[in-house]
This record gives sequence, structure tokens and C-alpha cells, in this order.
Amino acid sequence: MTGRRLLYLLPLVGFLALAAYFLRGLAPGYDPQVLPSALIDKPAPNFTLAGFKGGAPLSNADFAGELVLVNFFASWCVPCRAESPVLMDLARRNVVQLYGIDYKDKPEDAAKFLQTFGDPYRRIGVDETGRTAINFGVYGVPETYAIDRAGRIRWRHVGPLSEQVVRTEIMPLLKQLGAS
Amino acid sequence: MIIELGHFALILALAVAMLQAGLSLAGAARRDLNLMTAGRLAALAQFALIALAFATLVHAYFISDFSVANVAENSSTAKPLLYKLTSVWGNHEGSMVLWVLILALYGAAVAWFGDAMPPRLCARVLGVMALISLGFLLFILLTSNPFLRLSPAPENGMGLNPILQDPGLAFHPPFLYLGYVGNAVAFAFAVAALIDGRVDAAWARWVRPWTLASWCCLTLGIAMGSWWAYYTLGWGGWWFWDPVENASLMPWLAGTALVHSAIVVERRDTLKSWTILLAILTFSLSLVGTFLVRSGVLTSVHAFALDPRRGVFILVLLFIAIGGSLALYAWRAPALEPGGVFAPISREGALLLNNLILASCCATVFIGTLYPLFLDAIGGPKLSVGYPFFDRTFVPLMIPLLIAIGIGPLLAWKRGDFLGALQRLWAAFAAVIVAMLIAFYLSHGGPVLSVLGIGLAAWMGIAALVEFADRLHLFRAPWAEVLRRALAQPRASYGMTLAHFGLAVTVAGIAASGFQQQRIALVHLGEALPVAGYTLRFDGIGKHEGMNYTADRAEFTLLSGQRVVAQLAPERRFFPLQQQTVSKTAIHTNFLADFYLALGDPDGKGGWAVRAYWKPLVPFIWIGGVIMAFGGAVSLSDRRWRVGVAARRVAKTALPASRSRA
Repeated sequence: MTGRRLLYLLPLVGFLALAAYFLRGLAPGYDPQVLPSALIDKPAPNFTLAGFKGGAPLSNADFAGELVLVNFFASWCVPCRAESPVLMDLARRNVVQLYGIDYKDKPEDAAKFLQTFGDPYRRIGVDETGRTAINFGVYGVPETYAIDRAGRIRWRHVGPLSEQVVRTEIMPLLKQLGAS
Repeated sequence: MIIELGHFALILALAVAMLQAGLSLAGAARRDLNLMTAGRLAALAQFALIALAFATLVHAYFISDFSVANVAENSSTAKPLLYKLTSVWGNHEGSMVLWVLILALYGAAVAWFGDAMPPRLCARVLGVMALISLGFLLFILLTSNPFLRLSPAPENGMGLNPILQDPGLAFHPPFLYLGYVGNAVAFAFAVAALIDGRVDAAWARWVRPWTLASWCCLTLGIAMGSWWAYYTLGWGGWWFWDPVENASLMPWLAGTALVHSAIVVERRDTLKSWTILLAILTFSLSLVGTFLVRSGVLTSVHAFALDPRRGVFILVLLFIAIGGSLALYAWRAPALEPGGVFAPISREGALLLNNLILASCCATVFIGTLYPLFLDAIGGPKLSVGYPFFDRTFVPLMIPLLIAIGIGPLLAWKRGDFLGALQRLWAAFAAVIVAMLIAFYLSHGGPVLSVLGIGLAAWMGIAALVEFADRLHLFRAPWAEVLRRALAQPRASYGMTLAHFGLAVTVAGIAASGFQQQRIALVHLGEALPVAGYTLRFDGIGKHEGMNYTADRAEFTLLSGQRVVAQLAPERRFFPLQQQTVSKTAIHTNFLADFYLALGDPDGKGGWAVRAYWKPLVPFIWIGGVIMAFGGAVSLSDRRWRVGVAARRVAKTALPASRSRA
């Protein structure tokens, strides 16, 4: 009988766990946008990905010695549509090289996506299995990483980029890294 | 002055809600009929007061009274009248007032029809509903008051989000809220039963009409929202697994399970504590749907905390409502008498399977939707969320359910004959093969999954018809007998057949989306674009002035060979007040297929990007939704739930017993 009683307690316990989690989100000074990344200032994980639409494979050796942004995107991802004008603008201003990683996507869908929204990337790698994304610790698309000349991850942004992020984070970062 | 009257009415409604809760609950505890009757009157008064408050808000929008902060922030003079009025619920504060208005409407309905119910059950239901109302009235008055004045009043308002200025979306929130809030009634019934410590067939019969009514509204609301997304967003998609959509899908899944499990309680007096839990969870998910989405917590917990007072208030409310009812459940549910036993292959077994699958689907959507919030709590390996996640989890879960839908209704209660049911479904098996062959032929060997999906839809549709024909003894009995049986069928069984058939129609529409053809291209004036066997001719482009926007309107002619099929005029509307561009798609439909055209950006050299889609069977998705809701409504009109019948039946059966005792 007590075992059965415990069973009836289960929904309440589940709910309390959930509530405790939400409560944490309300704690002052807690900002979920700042996701800790274990990889900050560590070397970017090695990867070699199939090239997009028959292009040459993309690996991290391709941008060795360069300061680049690596952007994980997918055609099925709605926020990626929102950030595409920002990326296009970055590409137009030619302030930094952009590399794209097409995440868990069909190449033909991605081609349509890029045709519609514009292709800001210098080159694109196709991560159909999501393995590279796991190695980077990607939480979801879109996500953007800055990798410095020594191949270390210096910055990461979860969610769509905005003009504000470009102005207040990316530009200062480029300035700092470009100067050093 | 009028708006202050509304404010005052809402404060008064708060006091009346307090009275209603106190009188009803005390009356039920003391079995005092006078107190309970007073509680019912309070429910009617509460509705009148909130309706008055809502009316003053509508009036303020109607005359564009910008001295009211809420109107100034969400409306403007240059806007069609319809959208001035729908702006009332196009914002947080106003939608909260709509929410309590609908809750009070349901409360008043329970009070009005309360004569048919045992008075203590009615009183407890009204008491619980008054407590919910109390919480939300406090929330409105303390943190989200739409009746505040603005001084000095601005010349013009800031206007409504252009995306919301659309007939489809204008009436989407009221339906959705009718669905969400209707679940509060089932919740109140569940809590009342837990307080009482008793759940029986009569309880199920009283709770089912409310559940059905809210299920119908939610079905329509979701269908409307999906249709709106389809023709507005310009991508030809109709479901995006977006948190906002998922938030309405979760209570729908739980509510669908509840509608089915309540049948088992009613007919077989079993699955009681599960049904109670479902009622609590359905309403909890409705609350989550209303508040967590609105507050932005689903995209970021931080957005929720931007207005900490509101956030904390919502959390405390949710905590009391959900935590309190689940605690009551943990305490009282074990005492509920277990009901009759049944074999796994039986109608009860089939309904239980339905419940298990729907609950799993609901859990899947829940995890997928709230996943971004759990990220740093869980750590460890990461999942991907979005299409891939839901396609790989939700869809495979649904398939066994869709197959079982065909068989379940043919099984008898207690112990069913599985092979016998399959034998009777030979026509459905034949239909599957024929439908798949036709789909395969017409699509010239289209995607395998879509062909299978069409087969599945045929299975469900024909199985629903076979089951119905079986009831009427069609082809087995003479026509007069069939007609007599058709007339004698309860409306609830017509309702079930319609709802299951409607689902088949929807599934066909979803499956056929794999056959769509699309063309995204840059076109110049006079050019022709071939799409799916049609030719699209670009005839002209011009500026067009709307009431509060300017638009680029393109003229296209859709040709089949030399024959003109339709004139299509997609637009890109620019709303200067909000600096937003919204696309207005042009859709030509013959109800079997849509031709969908959206205008993109100009390239500055005379070329325009267009997105053209040919979408076979896509209208079926929403037609099916309407059929499902209609089925629910037909079932709702069944005599069995009609007011008073249940009570009279109880009285009739009770009478001889008392006489024999005398």
C-alpha cells in the first residue's frame, strides 16, 4: 500500500523539481544567455566536414592563422532566418571571415535557404550527423564562435546574432584580437 | 470616466469571487443549501461584473481613448475598426481580462445549469473556479492593470503589431482561451472529486461535456493559428514546432486523452485516478500555455524576470494551482476505489493505449519545448531541438496511435475480439493499398513516407466509416432497419465517427505535404515561370495604399496551358508606424490543392524574388480540424449530457428503491 502511495506522490515531486528550476531562473543576476562554455580560450575541436554541394571539404586547418567566425545554422531553424541580414551585413563590410556549418540539414534545403536569404559564408561544411556540433558543445542553432589566429575559441554566442551583439561584442572583440 | 467604471467593476468582481469561493466551499462542507445557492448567484454576478469591465475596455478601444495607457500602447486611429477591437486582446493586459472573462463565463454556465448536478459537487466546482478567478483577478489588478490612465494623453497610439492585423489571428486568441479556460472546469471537477473522495460514472458524465466543449474550441483555435501561420508567414509551412504552437498543442494532446479516459470512467467505472490526474495536468498545461509563453520565459528565463513582480506572481499562482492540486491528488487519490478489471484487448485497453500514447506525445513536446530551459541544469550530451527532434520522436509515436484508432472502436468492452475486428476491416486494408497506389502513381513515385502517410489516412478514414456501417448493419439488414438504426444511434457515436474521420482528413493533408513542388526564383516583368505543370506570368507591379500601410502589389496570372486559372496578387506591406514589412500571400485553392505565391524582395534591377508552391491536399489539414471540432460539437449535443437528463435518470432509478422501502 505504501508503494502505491508513493506512486501517487510522483506527479507532485516532478512538479516541484520543475518549479525549483524556474525559481532559479528568477534569481537576480542570473542570465541564461550567458552560457558557460568549457571551451573558451581552449583550442577549437578538430573537424573535417564534407564540403557543401560538392565543394572541397572544410576542416579547421583551412582557417589556421586567421581570425574567423564560425556560424552553425540550418534551413529548418527559424531564428537563423532572423540573423541572416546581420550575417550578410558582416560579410558585406568584410570585417571578418565567416565560415558556416550546416547542422543536421538536407543540402538541398540548405541551398534553398541560402538562395533566399543570401550566402554570407566564405565556405560551408556540412555536419549532417551533428558530431562536430557536439564537439563544439553547440546547444542549438544558430550559434556562433570566434576562433583566433592560434585556433583557440575566444567567444561564443548562443541564439541569433543582432546588430547590437555585433556592435557591443563582435566589433570590440575583433579590435582586441586584431591588435594583439 | 467609463474606464474607471470598468476598473471599479473588476475590483468588485474580485470581492465577489472571494464571496463565491467562501460561500460555495463552506456551503458544501456544511451541506447548507442556502450558502450553496448564494455561491451560484455570486458566480452569475461575477460574470456580469467582469463582462462590464471588459465592455468598458472595448469601448475605450472603440473610441480610441488614448488617455488610457493600454489603448495608447496598442492601438492607433489609422486602423480598421475590426482591428481596433481585436487589439483589446492583442496585448498582455487585455488578454488577461479576456481570460478571466471566459473563466467567469464558464463559471456562470456551471451555476446556471447547476440544478442538474448534486448541489455539493456544483458548489465545490464553483468554489474551486472562484479561487482560480481570485488569483488571476489579483494578478491583473496588482501587476497588469489595463485601466490605468496616461497623462498627458498622446495624439495617437503606437498601433498594433502588423502581423496581428489579420482576420485569422483576430479570432484565434478567443478560441484558444475558450479551450484553455474550459479545461479549468474539468480541473475544478477533479479537485471537487478529490475533496469529496469519490469518482463515479455520474461524475464522468457531468465533467465530459465541459471537457468536450473546451476540446472543440482548442481544436478550432489551433487550426486557426496554423492556417494563419500558413498564409501569413510566406513560407508555405503550417506548423513550425515553435514554443508558442507547442504550448497550445500540449493541452490539446492531454485534453484529447482526457475526453477518451472520461468515457472509460463513465462506462466502466475504472481508470479513475488516472482521469483525475489528466484533468489536473491538462489545466496545468493550459496555464503554462497562457502564461509562460506570454511572459517570454520559453525563449529565455531572463525575459521573464525583466518584470520580476509579474514573473514571481505568475510562478506563485502556478505553484499554488498546480502544486496544490497535485498535493491533494497525492493525498486523496489513493483512497479512490479501484474500478473493474478488463483484458488488454478490449475497448478499455484500446482507450488506455490511446491515453498512454497521447501522454507520451505530450511529454515529448514538453521536453522539446522546454529543452532550452533545461540546458544548463542537465549538462551532459546535447540534443538538437526543432524539426529533427520532433520529426524523430513525435511522428513515430503517433503512428501506432493512428493505426490503433481504426481498430479500437470495433473492440467490445471488457474483452474484445482482435482478429474479428481485423476481419471486419478488410475494406480498410483494401483502401490502404488502393490509396497508396494512387498516391504513388499521381506523384510519379513521390517520397515513400508521404505515400505511407496517405495509406495511413485511408486506413483511419475507411475504418471509421466501416465501424459506423457496422453499427447500422449496413449491407446486412434491410434498408428500413438500417435507417431505423441510423436514427437510433446516439449523437455521441456520430460525433466519434466524425472526429476520427476528421483526423484522417488532417493526416492526409499532412502526409501530402511531401508531394509539394516549389519554385523560388527571381522574375522580371513579362516573364513566365513554370511551376508544377502550371505557368506563372508576371504581369505587373505597382504601389498600393492601405489604411495604415503602403504595399508593393504584384499582378500574376496563373495559366494551365493557355487557360487562365486565376489572377494572383501577392503584396509586401510596409507599416510605417512600426517600421515593419509583412508579406501578404496570394493563394488560389480548389480545396484539393493550393497554389501559393509570396512576393519577396526586389533586386533593385527590376527583378523580384517570388516563392511559388504547389501544395496538394494542404487544405485538408484545416478542413480535418474543422470536421474534428464539428464531431466534438455533435457529440456535445448528445441527449446523454443534456442538462437534467443525468439527474432525472438518477431520480428515476432511486424512486422504486425508496418506494419498496416504504
